[in-house]
Amino acid sequence: MTLSNLSLYTVTALLILDTEGQRVLAKYYNPPHQSTPSTGIVNDLGVGQGGPGMGGLISLKEQKAFEKSVFEKIRRGGGEIHPLPPHLIITRTIVDLHFIIVGPLSSSNELMLNQTLSAFTDSVHLLLRGQIEKRNVLEGLDLVLLAADETVDDGIILETDAAAIAARVSRPKADTTDIVINEQTLLNAYTSFRDKVSQRIQQL
Amino acid sequence: MSFKKDEEAGGMSFYHDKSTILQEARVFNESPISPRKCRALLTRIVYLLYVGETFSTQEATTLFFGVTKLFQHKDAALRQMVYLVIKELSTIAEDVIMVTSSIMKDMQPNLEVVYRPNAIRALARIIDAQSVQSVERFFKSALVDRSSSISSASLVSSYHLFPLSPSIIKRWSNEAQEAVNAKSVSSFASSASSYLSGGGSGGSGGYQAVASSSYIMQYHALGLLYLIREKDRMAITKMVQQLGSNGKSNNIIKNPMAMCMLIRFARKVMDEDPNVRKQMHEYLESLLRHKSEMVNIEAARAICEMRDVQPGDLYRTVAVLQLFMNSPKPVIKFAAVKTLNKLAQILPQSVATVNVELENLITDSNRSIATYAITTLLKTGNEASVDRLMKQISSFMADITDEFKIIVVDAIRSLCLKFPGKQAIMLSFLSGVLRDEGGYDFKHAVVEAIFDMIKFIKDCRETALAHLCEFIEDCEFTKLSVRILHLLGIEGPKTRNPTKFIRYIYNRVVLENAVVRAAAVSSLAKFGVCIDDKAVMKSVNVLLRRCLDDVDDEVRDRAAMYIKVLEEKSLADVFVREEATFSLGQLEEQLVSYVKDETKHSSAFDVSSIPRVSKEAAAAEIAQARSSALDIAGPSTPKPESSAQASTSAEAQSSSYASQLAAIPELESYGPVLRSSSKPVELTESETEYVVSAVKHIFKEHVVFQFNVSNTIPDTVLEQVAVIMNPSPDSGLTEDFIVPIQSLSAASGTGVVYVSFTRDDPSTYAAGTFSCTLKFISKEIDPNSGEPEEEGYDDEYQVEELDLGAGDYITPTYVTFSSEWDKLAESASLTETFALSSSESLKDACKSLIEVLNMLPLGGTETPTSNSVHTLNLSGLVIPTNGNDKSSKVLARCRMTYSPGSGVTLELSVRAENEQGARLVMAAI
Repeated sequence: MTLSNLSLYTVTALLILDTEGQRVLAKYYNPPHQSTPSTGIVNDLGVGQGGPGMGGLISLKEQKAFEKSVFEKIRRGGGEIHPLPPHLIITRTIVDLHFIIVGPLSSSNELMLNQTLSAFTDSVHLLLRGQIEKRNVLEGLDLVLLAADETVDDGIILETDAAAIAARVSRPKADTTDIVINEQTLLNAYTSFRDKVSQRIQQL
Repeated sequence: MSFKKDEEAGGMSFYHDKSTILQEARVFNESPISPRKCRALLTRIVYLLYVGETFSTQEATTLFFGVTKLFQHKDAALRQMVYLVIKELSTIAEDVIMVTSSIMKDMQPNLEVVYRPNAIRALARIIDAQSVQSVERFFKSALVDRSSSISSASLVSSYHLFPLSPSIIKRWSNEAQEAVNAKSVSSFASSASSYLSGGGSGGSGGYQAVASSSYIMQYHALGLLYLIREKDRMAITKMVQQLGSNGKSNNIIKNPMAMCMLIRFARKVMDEDPNVRKQMHEYLESLLRHKSEMVNIEAARAICEMRDVQPGDLYRTVAVLQLFMNSPKPVIKFAAVKTLNKLAQILPQSVATVNVELENLITDSNRSIATYAITTLLKTGNEASVDRLMKQISSFMADITDEFKIIVVDAIRSLCLKFPGKQAIMLSFLSGVLRDEGGYDFKHAVVEAIFDMIKFIKDCRETALAHLCEFIEDCEFTKLSVRILHLLGIEGPKTRNPTKFIRYIYNRVVLENAVVRAAAVSSLAKFGVCIDDKAVMKSVNVLLRRCLDDVDDEVRDRAAMYIKVLEEKSLADVFVREEATFSLGQLEEQLVSYVKDETKHSSAFDVSSIPRVSKEAAAAEIAQARSSALDIAGPSTPKPESSAQASTSAEAQSSSYASQLAAIPELESYGPVLRSSSKPVELTESETEYVVSAVKHIFKEHVVFQFNVSNTIPDTVLEQVAVIMNPSPDSGLTEDFIVPIQSLSAASGTGVVYVSFTRDDPSTYAAGTFSCTLKFISKEIDPNSGEPEEEGYDDEYQVEELDLGAGDYITPTYVTFSSEWDKLAESASLTETFALSSSESLKDACKSLIEVLNMLPLGGTETPTSNSVHTLNLSGLVIPTNGNDKSSKVLARCRMTYSPGSGVTLELSVRAENEQGARLVMAAI
């Protein structure tokens, strides 16, 4: 009989892949202060094979191979949830990005993982003001990274309320020191403005 | 944004450049610090790590301490990113503990900043076991902070820190409990405005109203509480009862994930304590109606996976899952069908009620759901529906991936064994998919399935072998070809028309690589030996002679050997027809000790002392390992013979005892262990305060009893734990000494006490009954300091009696009974008749005889076929008596009759290589 996962370590990885299957973000979770994989808490409390800290998916090579099979699943279509023994993946495709959450197949509650993935995508949605595409994600990468960090902390689901996650992510402040206003900068601004306007007029 | 331009120009490549980043890290030292620029750079560091770039320790350390310079700047947006970088670099960089004080400043209570939770979480990554104590005060206040994000962050961090310093974190359980009970989640309170220092973005005011509505800290707090109380089953039971099943306060837990945790605790508790099973079961049933689907699924799963679940327990659960299968959400459908799939392995009849829904799911657009549905149906379906199902599967196989095909094939395999009548259609399906495209794992699964059919369904043997022959004509996998050739060698000669296989096999010799050629040669030879036909033998001989010119030496050697074997009948019995093989675990152990011990090298390695197992038993062990490896939708392979299983695993066990005993200095002079009893004898119930089990080790002149003792009372420490053994008067044993356990607490797990006896006369086998008493000094643990109190009191604890008998001197081993029996006719032999009045049936009698004598039943004789007359054949190795170095063989033939009036009458004949062995067995009854 399989044991249920009595620990909080639930999420093996959180990934964002692009349309070519390349990484935009790939965070594999391992509990800190764990000397060797699949010992200690993760083992005693039955995280289950393929769970965080259970070994596997440690080297970049393993990870890339795994992502390849994940991407293969997505490419073939046929649904958002798949077993990929010993892992379970739930995927969500938004415009040109695939958001993927990975958990152990044997001991995951699929709905728990699904809720977590939704929390992450929804918070990114809020932070990027509804425009989730690769280009925007890369431009607002700081927000996305922080959102991921506020959603899952080394395999433990930290928050599932998307609005709360988004609110926890700070936005960068403009560097007041960097903006220098003098005759030269004003003139530059004016010139570029004038060029743009004349271009538009010519286009008409 | 500083990198926007580059992004447009060079795409992603800019991000990937580690050296640029290391250079640009100089901006961290600039003054004044530019928060925006620095945050952008920090983002790129994390990004590099997340896309798989690696930093050396040196680089990471430099970067890490560069980043810590940024603590000078107060910008919240920058600080939050700094913490993320610290977290990510903490595993690579060195001396990260240096920044503790900087981080601690951000953890001050009453500091209303957005990054306080981030600081807490970063701190958990950088401190070591010694400094956990110094942050205790901060953590205790943060755990119960009104803000849920701070509370969650500190709960999760405590969880991460637990392995470092369990004793300190165990003191935080009151705070964790308070977090569970949090009446209402406070919003970010008044501090919200100061969180949103990011003025650059508009609409920030809108965030103020947003507070976590998830109550998620309850989930974290329950997780931490479980970790703290893991060893204390009563406390866990109480926690589940208080928060859930008793109903009084069952509104406290609002977070569905926390409910799921509670369900898992409940499941654990009910598995361990049958007394609360009913209560917990009712609780779980009530949760099937909970408003969260996550909770419903978790509860349904817990019920389906209960120990000894009965069909009666499942009606409601299956009904809920049935509903979920009609859900529009794929994740819910998936979860439901996965649960049913697992249930179908244990109780297919309970799942059969939802066959209609399952059939609908076969056409589901999510192929994973469809596969689970179909494999479930394969288990629940009746014989009539098989044909229809197989048709559906055939259309379905083309568009699923290999790993799903394997699942389907495995399901079909178990179906074949269930409905042998349908073997023809299954076999044609399997041979069909064998011709399809597919990788090694898939082909392997198909071949395995066909192997099983050949083994268990006699009717299909010839057709199946023919399919396999065709498959190896065009097989790209050497490994599979070799296995098939081996099987052909074994099964082929038994068929009605064996010669037709020879052509296929010889084709391999002509066309294949060396490995396959060698296998084909062995296979050919088996036809020559096993078929009683001069003509076949002659043609095989001719074919083998042609192989003598092979370019590969292994092929040549095999051919030469088998030609010799064909010519001499006696060799054939040893090399081709031999059914036994060495127990590999034991053999390895013995070889290792032989190689390590220089003194033994003067004489050759002695293989006769290694127990032998039948090939069937060895195969059963492999099969068992294989079926447990198939986690997903694993097939319910028929249970291998239990006796075979027991003997093989017991051998593995005794190998590990030997190394444990070698570590005890007092036992060093005793020489090697001759035998350890196969499995520990329980001397207490598993539910008692102290759990004791015993293992018996026999040495040349001594007997050592090993007592595994564990203490299940959490608040006491037992010191100087010893076991006082009183042998029955005529046992022939004298006590030498006791190796006590110095200290034993609930946390320290199981300790071992050794009691050693000298065998007064090593040439006889001492036997007797021992009364055993556990003797110790009991000390309570001071709840404040966690240290045991100075004063303890002596206490005793009576455990059950322990027997030492014939079975402890005998190792089960495999022989070919009839020939060995005849061989031993000349040596010691005894016959006596007994009345076994206590046995109710022949089956009972067999079971108890095997148990008492600890010998291996041969040829399936452990299961009587008749109710009135039966013969049980047993074999074993008796450990050597004084003066003898070798273990001696002993065989027993137990002829039994049963009549309802007088019970079982046994005529026991024992033949052994020496007198004592025979007497030992005889005396045991």
